[in-house]
Amino acid sequence: MIVEPYVRNYLSEHYGDDAYRTLAGYEAKGGFAGLKKAVALAPEQVVELVKASGLRGRGGAGFATGLKWSFMPRTSDRMKVIVINGDESEPGSFKDRLIMERGPFAVLEGILIGAWAMGAQRSYIYVRGEYAEAIRALRSAVAELYKKKLLGKNILGKKGFEHDVVVHGGAGAYICGEETGLLESLEGKKGQPRKKPPFPAQHGAFGLPTTVNNIETFAHVPFIVERGVEWFKGRGTEKSPGTTLFGVSGHVERPGLFELPLGTPLREVIGHAGGVRGGRRLKGVMPGGLSMQILPPTELDVPMAEEFLSQRGTHLGTGGVMVMDESVCMVRVATVVSYFFRDESCGQCTQCREGTAWVHKLCQRIEQGRGTEADLALLTDVPKLMEGQTICAFADAAAWPIQGLLRHFRSDFEAHLSERKCPFPESFEL
Amino acid sequence: MRPETRAEIESLFERYPQKRGALLPAIYLVQAEKGFVDADGARELAALFEIAPVEVHEVLSFYNMFYTEPQGRHHVYVCTNLPCSLRGARTLLKGLESHLGVHGPGTTRDGRITIGHEECLGSCGTAPVMRVDGAYHENLDLGAARRIVDELE
Repeated sequence: MIVEPYVRNYLSEHYGDDAYRTLAGYEAKGGFAGLKKAVALAPEQVVELVKASGLRGRGGAGFATGLKWSFMPRTSDRMKVIVINGDESEPGSFKDRLIMERGPFAVLEGILIGAWAMGAQRSYIYVRGEYAEAIRALRSAVAELYKKKLLGKNILGKKGFEHDVVVHGGAGAYICGEETGLLESLEGKKGQPRKKPPFPAQHGAFGLPTTVNNIETFAHVPFIVERGVEWFKGRGTEKSPGTTLFGVSGHVERPGLFELPLGTPLREVIGHAGGVRGGRRLKGVMPGGLSMQILPPTELDVPMAEEFLSQRGTHLGTGGVMVMDESVCMVRVATVVSYFFRDESCGQCTQCREGTAWVHKLCQRIEQGRGTEADLALLTDVPKLMEGQTICAFADAAAWPIQGLLRHFRSDFEAHLSERKCPFPESFEL
Repeated sequence: MRPETRAEIESLFERYPQKRGALLPAIYLVQAEKGFVDADGARELAALFEIAPVEVHEVLSFYNMFYTEPQGRHHVYVCTNLPCSLRGARTLLKGLESHLGVHGPGTTRDGRITIGHEECLGSCGTAPVMRVDGAYHENLDLGAARRIVDELE
């Protein structure tokens, strides 16, 4: 069990301290100073402050948080809802789990600041069902907040400031991390994403005005409000301020989490994890979770922020860095990737349901040495037909990693065709 | 459905603007009775939520953590997504299956253990990892994994 990142910064500074998971321990470290500052401001001012901070969502898409908050109707005769996405299921990503387990109060303080800013009366924290410990930690934190009147009615003595939080467990479906799939699931249905518009701010959870943000996104908010916009913008890049918890996994000496400023060069991130295991050579890195395009070793100097990664044909995603050494067969990687997306497609759109199945079948055939030139040509074509054609971004997420593998490691695929078997005997087992 | 399960489900309704929001938590409660949701359980849920039985079934079949068939007394799931596979999870799963005398996912003949693979468990920094009855076991090798399953009654 990881209790704290190997490299800590403001977000994770106290994660190693068990007391930080109690209200008293959190307050002893300055907790709730951000909320107190926020309620002294008008709600609109808090939205403007978050906008000015440049905070970008940490759930994968990197959307501007303050802008999203401003989409919520100012006045509404219906209840307004905040939904917190703790359905972290992106392979390679394991930061939100640590944030919920070790820093639940910062997330809840961020939610309360959001509730004040957006005038929301209710929050649902949707946590993937497998994260039993995170659910326990959040429920215990929520119970403490009710006891101390930091949830419920007249919070901090502010008349009319009321907020309730429900911790809701999912049941094992990757697609529920997609915001409208999550809303469907929260409503007790299959997690099949919705067409947009209408957008959640108008018609979200249970048809109510809703804002959906990721767990880590909320965890940054108290620090921004308390320490100020200039402080926050002093770390990270101009377009992507602040830190994030990079998760480094795969073939490194010291896999784990590392809280580093956005824009830290990929080489440095991997260096913190002790570099490639056993002094072996690097073959490739997926920089942002399984949905993102792989990078070859020549791209290690890329700063880990969306504006730089997108120039290199990939994305920051959730900051889950998967490192692969020279032993790895990239066709096997494609087989693992395509199995996952075939398994997790919700089945709603034809391009995705059929496309993911085809891609997996082709990868498997080539991996087993039974592939032909025509199969490789088809494998190149099918992802193009999936991308941008469906209700949600899942089909893109299924297409991109395959396209990345073909772009940088086509020779691995071709070697399987010519040798009629896998030419990488040292590779991980399938 | 036991009366106390029904009462617990009804107490969840007020947390949601529409009671159907409580369906996933309710399924967990029904499932806890026998380890799976049988046809009667699904029918009773449909009646309680005032929805068609098919709507309960489509939810049951959509999510990996709901079961409609009897399960072993213990669940053992090994994560086989890329970060775990890179660190030998599939070799470990095969070793564990042969240790338990099952071939591929399934339940041991004595009904003790249901074993299978799972997609990413969000534990990539401590791979390989398996989930046993809801609890994570991390940084595993085959020896450690065997000792853990051998202790299950």
